[in-house]
Amino acid sequence: MLKYILQRLLQGLLVMAALYTIVFFLVGWMPGDPFSSNEKNISPEVRENMKKAWGLDKPLWQQYLIYPKNLITEGSLGVSTEKNRPVWDIILQSFPASLILGVSALFIAVGIGVPIGILSATKKNTAIDYGGMAIAMIGICIPSFIIGPVLQLTLAAKIPALKIAGWGHPLDIILPSITLGLGTAAYLARLTRGSMLEILNQDYIRTAKAKGLKTFSVVIKHALRGGLLPSVAFIGPAFAALISGSFIVETIFQVPGMGQHFVNAAIKRDPFVLRGVVLFYGLLIVFMNLAADLIAAALNPRIRLEKT
Amino acid sequence: MPLLEVKNLKTHFHTRDGIVRAVDGVSFPVEKGKTIGIVGESGSGKSVTCYSLLGLVPMPPGKIEGGSAIFDDTDLLKCHENDLCKIRGKRISMIFQDPMTSLNPYLRISTQITEPLRIHMGMDKKRAKKEAIEALREVGIPEPEKRVNMYPHEFSGGMRQRAMIAMALITKPEILIADEPTTALDVTVQKQILELIKSRQKELGTAVIFITHDLAVISEICDEVNVMYAGKIVERANSRELFSNPLHAYTRSLLQSIPATQLKGEKLFTISGLPPNLAKPIQGCAFRPRNQIGNSDECLTQSTPEFKELDSNHWVQNCPGCLT
Repeated sequence: MLKYILQRLLQGLLVMAALYTIVFFLVGWMPGDPFSSNEKNISPEVRENMKKAWGLDKPLWQQYLIYPKNLITEGSLGVSTEKNRPVWDIILQSFPASLILGVSALFIAVGIGVPIGILSATKKNTAIDYGGMAIAMIGICIPSFIIGPVLQLTLAAKIPALKIAGWGHPLDIILPSITLGLGTAAYLARLTRGSMLEILNQDYIRTAKAKGLKTFSVVIKHALRGGLLPSVAFIGPAFAALISGSFIVETIFQVPGMGQHFVNAAIKRDPFVLRGVVLFYGLLIVFMNLAADLIAAALNPRIRLEKT
Repeated sequence: MPLLEVKNLKTHFHTRDGIVRAVDGVSFPVEKGKTIGIVGESGSGKSVTCYSLLGLVPMPPGKIEGGSAIFDDTDLLKCHENDLCKIRGKRISMIFQDPMTSLNPYLRISTQITEPLRIHMGMDKKRAKKEAIEALREVGIPEPEKRVNMYPHEFSGGMRQRAMIAMALITKPEILIADEPTTALDVTVQKQILELIKSRQKELGTAVIFITHDLAVISEICDEVNVMYAGKIVERANSRELFSNPLHAYTRSLLQSIPATQLKGEKLFTISGLPPNLAKPIQGCAFRPRNQIGNSDECLTQSTPEFKELDSNHWVQNCPGCLT
């Protein structure tokens, strides 16, 4: 098992290197530079000096090597050209909000999506199934920038405890996490239904019924393990996506999360913040994927025994 | 009084192509401790017959349209799901065709074998596991203490079927339904499994309903044989009588198509054509289009042939064309 984890971490390192390379050159080849926007009317001399101060005057390939060198030797992701603050500071300041929002969104996604999927699969082709899947389809189709404002207009406007927007009170988590989690819940419901249906058609489910187990026990004891495998594999990266922040949801509900930095850094041509948040997101995905695989191995003895 | 009396069982499937009459009026008794065989081609309704008894027919599309199956004063076809759950797996259990897919790959053998004990007898984990080890030993699995903790994929096909048998018999059921238990196994293992079923049956006094399309297997294990065709039983007799004196043209055709009974170098006998489409109502004798041995001209075309006791304990569908 340890060997397998090490192997996967090594693969993760390769993924990160590839991700860094792609992000670096995409940012590097962007037209313009951090100091060339119209509103800042600065003289060419000052601009050159600024570039020098941030090391942006060097050839691209040198910059490409310097950044990881600094990351390894000093643990530095660079300094924001826009805010003049270390990128780590920016990430660490905004990540907690995104993490809280993402975790509660995940709970909503799993708590709604998986039960609907299981129920739809066990009541296949009944009103419950059609109803559940219709809701899931709607959930997939309606984007969060519509769900968010609708929730604001309906729930937040009627219930005094729920604020339209803002971040500070524990109750403020509710609306944005519903908005963020609903799409994932809908997708999970469809995924779970599909895999559960496949499992429920297996011969060993018939065996379980023939043993005299009630339908509920058949589903819980015999079908669930296999039926949840695809969902677990999906939840890993989906969780990383949820906790790394969503620009749309954070903007709608005024959440001071990480999502805004993806967009703002790109608009402001802030190369260090952009690389920093993308690498951080990449790292989350690598670890969540690994975690999902380990959970899948725990659920499935065939994988587990192969890997030890 | 027989242990289980199936009368006029009708199981239909409502599909897009119409109503498929998979089982259309099947009756047979199961006596205590005896083995009865149900033999027929694929799609003749033999498996559906047994699934109907245990409520394992997927509904919808399946539907039990009529009949009764009286087991210990309970009608299995009409009793409540909860009552049926108490019978199946405890007093009537079942083993299936493909041991590779019939065991849950995610659960240990011990979990699966002890399940009937735990749900029907409320046995605690430790004692149930002891019983499971004993059951595995009885079906001839070496080192059962070790193997009981394994997963199905660590077992060979023959061992899995043995484990299935151990699981089915662990509650000492009164009836064991064996749905082609040897079809997916190779010949040497087949023989072992048949011997195992026979010996366990003798020890426990279990009645066995044995479904197969293999006549050799039938002749080896069954006391009484039912031949099924197109959702109906066409002939029933005790095993020796059926093999020495088959009456119905379908039974005779089946026996004639066993390769071992034919001379070397001669063309093998086959029953031409396909079984009838059960989605369409069948007028008269269902075997008429394929009847080469008898006289298909004399087969009934208007009325359904009657199932009649022609000799003592030798029942057959009374169709003049099939009996000549």
